[in-house]
Order: sequence, then C-alpha cells, then structure tokens
Amino acid sequence: MIRALFSGKLLLVAAVVLAVLAAAPLMLSRFYVYLMALILVTGLLATSLNLVLGFGGMYQFHHAVFYGFGAYALTLMLTKTGMPAAAAYLLAPCCSAVLGLVIGLITVRLTKLYFGMLQISLGSLVWALAYRWYSFTGGDDGIHGIPIPDLLYASTSAYYFSLIVVAASLLLMYLIVNSPFGRIFQGIRDNPERCRAVGVDVVRHQLAGQAIAGFFAGVAGTLFVTVEGSVFPELMFWTLSLELIIMCLLGGWFVFLGPMLGAAIIVTLRTFVGIYTEYWTLVLGVVLMLLIFFLPEGVLGFALGKARPAAAEAVGEK
Amino acid sequence: MEFASNITAAALFQQVLVGLSRTTILFIVSSGLSLVLGVLRIPNVAHGSLYMIGAFLTYSIATAAGSGAFGFAVALLLAPLGVALLSFAAERGLFCHLYEREHLMLLLFTFSMTLVFNDLVKLVWGSDYRSLTAPGFLQGSFSISGLPFPRYNLFLLVVGPLVAFGLWYLTNRTKIGKIARAAAVDREMVGAVGINVSWVFAATFVIGCYLAGLGGALVAPTQNITQGMDHTIIIEAFLIVIIGGLGNIWGALLGALIFGLTDSLGILIWPQFAIVFPYVAVVIVLLFRPKGLLKSTW
Repeated sequence: MIRALFSGKLLLVAAVVLAVLAAAPLMLSRFYVYLMALILVTGLLATSLNLVLGFGGMYQFHHAVFYGFGAYALTLMLTKTGMPAAAAYLLAPCCSAVLGLVIGLITVRLTKLYFGMLQISLGSLVWALAYRWYSFTGGDDGIHGIPIPDLLYASTSAYYFSLIVVAASLLLMYLIVNSPFGRIFQGIRDNPERCRAVGVDVVRHQLAGQAIAGFFAGVAGTLFVTVEGSVFPELMFWTLSLELIIMCLLGGWFVFLGPMLGAAIIVTLRTFVGIYTEYWTLVLGVVLMLLIFFLPEGVLGFALGKARPAAAEAVGEK
Repeated sequence: MEFASNITAAALFQQVLVGLSRTTILFIVSSGLSLVLGVLRIPNVAHGSLYMIGAFLTYSIATAAGSGAFGFAVALLLAPLGVALLSFAAERGLFCHLYEREHLMLLLFTFSMTLVFNDLVKLVWGSDYRSLTAPGFLQGSFSISGLPFPRYNLFLLVVGPLVAFGLWYLTNRTKIGKIARAAAVDREMVGAVGINVSWVFAATFVIGCYLAGLGGALVAPTQNITQGMDHTIIIEAFLIVIIGGLGNIWGALLGALIFGLTDSLGILIWPQFAIVFPYVAVVIVLLFRPKGLLKSTW
C-alpha cells in the first residue's frame, strides 16, 4: 500500500519542492524567510483542520483553539517550569490532543451545525480563560520574549526547524488520511448511517479524529511560538478559526495539499495588501464572496478537477 | 481575589436588575439571530456587524438631529431601519442566490459579509470609539436601598418585554409570521401551496437583522461604540441561541436570561473571571440538554 501512495512522480515533485524550500533562505532576505516560516506554520494548521473538516466532514468551527492551546502550553512550560525544551516541544501538542479529546467528548454527540456552534462556545470558554487569567497566561497582553532554545533562536534556524517539522507532519497526516482509519473516517463523512450499520464505531473514530487534528494544530502552535517568540489570546479567537476554514475552501478541501495552498495565498495577500491599505479585510471579504459564488471547490480542486481528474485522485481527492 | 465576601441583599438585587437589562439587549439581538436560523437555516455571523452598524448609525443620527430626547427617539427609530435596508440589499443582491448551498458555505458567506461590513464601518466612522449620552430624562440613576441603579437600565427593562410581545404577536398572530413558521418546518410544502418562499425568506431575514440593529441602537448610550463590539455580541448570541434551542424565540429569551444573569452575578462573586461564568453555564446546560432547553425548529 505504501508503494501505491508514493508514485515516483510524486516523490520527485516532493523532493524538488523540499530542495527549493531548503535553498530559499540562502537567497532571500530575513523578512521573506520569516514570511515563509509563517506560511508553513499556517499551512500546517489549515491542513490539520482539513483532516476533520474536509476528510471527516465535521463542522470544525473553532480549530484555532487547539493551535493557541498548544502555543500557550509550550510557552508556559518554557517560562514557568524548568523542564527541558525538547520535552516541552513534545508535550505541548499532546496537551492540544487532550483538549481535542475533552471538547470532542462533549461535541461529537451532535452533528453538523450544532457540533460546530457548540465547539465555538467551548473554544470561547478556553479563550476567555486565557484572556482574563493575567497571573497565569498574561491576559490580553499575552506573553512576549519567550525563552526559545538557542539552537532555534535565529530566524533561519526557526525556518529550517519549521520546514522539517511541517514536512514530517504533512507526511504523517498523508499516511493517516490514506490509512484504513482514514478511509473509514472518510466513509463516515459520506454516510455515517451506513458506517454504523456495518459495525463502525462512528463516535470513537470521530473522537480519534479530533485528537489527531488537535495534536497537529498543537504542533503548529509550538512552531508559531518558535517563529514569533510570543503568544497572545488572538491565537485562539474564533475569527482566526473562520479564516482557517477560508484557507481550506480557497485551496480546495478535498485535496490534501489544498489548505496549504490556501494558507500560502491568504498569508501572502495579507502581508502585501496590508502594506498598501489598511482595509485588508475588505479585500479578503470580497475575495471570499467571489470564491463562494464562482469557485466553491477551491483553486487546487478546480485546477486538478478541470485538468486531470486522474491526478486529483492521486493527490488524495476522495 | 475577593471571593464573595460582602454580598448584601441590596447588592444582589441591584445586580439582578443590571443582569435583566443586559438580558434585554441579548434577547433582542439573539432572537433576531434565532429567527433567521430557524426559518432560513443560516448561522448569520454578520448579525454582530449589523448590531455594530446599528450602534454607529444611532450615534450619527442622534448627533445630527440634536442630542436631546427628540434626536435619540429619531435615531432609535431610523437606525434599525437603516440596518434593515442594508440587510435587504444584501439578501436580494447576494444571499438569495445561495440558499441551495450547504450550511458551511452560507456561514462562510456571512463571514465574508462581516469582513466587508466591518471595514465599511472603519471607512465611514474611522477607528476611534464614539460615545453617546442618553437624553436628559434617561440620565442619572435612582437608588435602590442605597445603591445606584441607572435610569436607562429601567428604560431597557420596559423595552425588553415590549419587543418580546411584538415578536410573539408577529410570529403567532400575523399572516407573515404564520407563513414563516410554516416555512421553517417544511419549505417545499409552503412553496407548493403557492407562496413565494423566496420573499418569505427575505422578509424574515430583514426582520431578524432589524432586531440586530435595534439591539445596537439600544446599547449605544450604555457603552463605548467601537470596532470589535461585534465580536463579543455574536459569540454571546450564538451561545444563547444554542442553549435555547435553534430557531426557538422563547429559547432565545431563556438563554438570554441565563446568560445575562450569570454574567451580572458573576461580577458580584468573582469580578476577574466574570466573563467565564456565562460560558460555564452554557457548558452545564449543554451537558444535560445537548440540543438546547426548548424544542428546536430544526
């Protein structure tokens, strides 16, 4: 099965992309390296959201909370405890996974819009705690000047670290999507009743999906801390969650790498449109409207679907 | 942290009244959201932006018409209508072409409207905050066993039940209300008996958004009118609608009561974390009744 997933062409493309990304800091200025690191982190976050949104069909309306939770977990472990940084980096995503499990235990009883709205409310509870608990989380100021390990402190090393972790995470998620678990997960999306009828424990699969998506969102959170050196409650504010859904929609949510592309477009647009005008969200809003009217399957989904349906199959379209 | 050390009966009573006047605003806004959710099945994220626009419009109209009682009355009348007009244009121009799409797309579309509306507010009113003082006879406060209670809050306590009655009358006693409730249950059947469902949807959407504007107009004298006031109200309204039962207006009333009272009593008990109390109440309600307290129209 592994061999079927990685055709020679796919491996070649992946190797070229990785090589270009690895060589990029050699010829780009610090600002662009930072921007690319931000794109990678946001892309990982959007891809982890798409794991449950696109492949699981769950209305994950408040994914950012797992991202922020991972970021805060790492920050608090680095600043308030003396534990080794490596352990903190491993433990923080696990905290997000546990949060995913806990919120999931309450939300998976519901479906569709009820699920999503309940998730927004529970996530907002976590946000409200971080926003108000000045003595512990720094409240609405957040925490700045986080002691990042020396090895990762420089912006290029933060970039390379992000690149390696994002690549590894994407590989893992790709394997998960194409594993028997991933297939059942997509089956639940398409027809939960039938899955239940053939003996699949739908709730347990959805819970596992929540935990996995939470874990990778937590990984993205730790990377954000590494790149940015600070955390603040906006990381788990609901508007970010909806922006993530836009990224998935923009790139195409039935394609594995769609959200990555969507994140790249949004982050780049925000950075450069933001230079020219303070009305960046107006631009984003209009782009989103046009997208929903004319391109509901996303850029990558559209390109792949129109050009080569077979290729879409290979990239992981359902 | 002072933990519930000096709560007197008078302070408790005062906070309950404050909570009830907060409930009024929450109910007006979330009943509009609930109406749209129930009939059109759209989680309208732009509801909060319309509330904000209502508040800003109230400020502008009241200032333009002279800040006295007359100006405020005119603003209270016109600002929600302006919001209704805006929502009508959005519905007929954009929204009505998308009803066949799934919920997620509709939600995202309303989010895109939020992004546009918020920047339009920034364009028109700038990013400074505004504050509006209530007309003379609603200013000041009177005392309840020694503790002050703002007169404007009393005004809100009068307006709340009036709006609730108006909504009850509209949904239960008028033809459009009955048609809308029927469309909420079975839109094909309503279409089959020869009613133009599209216009029923438009009317419901506009009424729902009018309520958002009315909430914004009523809240304008009580707080700073700022960018970002939409963010908190929309989450609160969503929570209220969920714990009440999607699409059930009386559920919205019940939810607003729970939310408003836990919020105001939380301030009394543990000020720093007052913001957390309503959320905890929501979680507790949903643990026992995951689909809300009252019957949903879904």
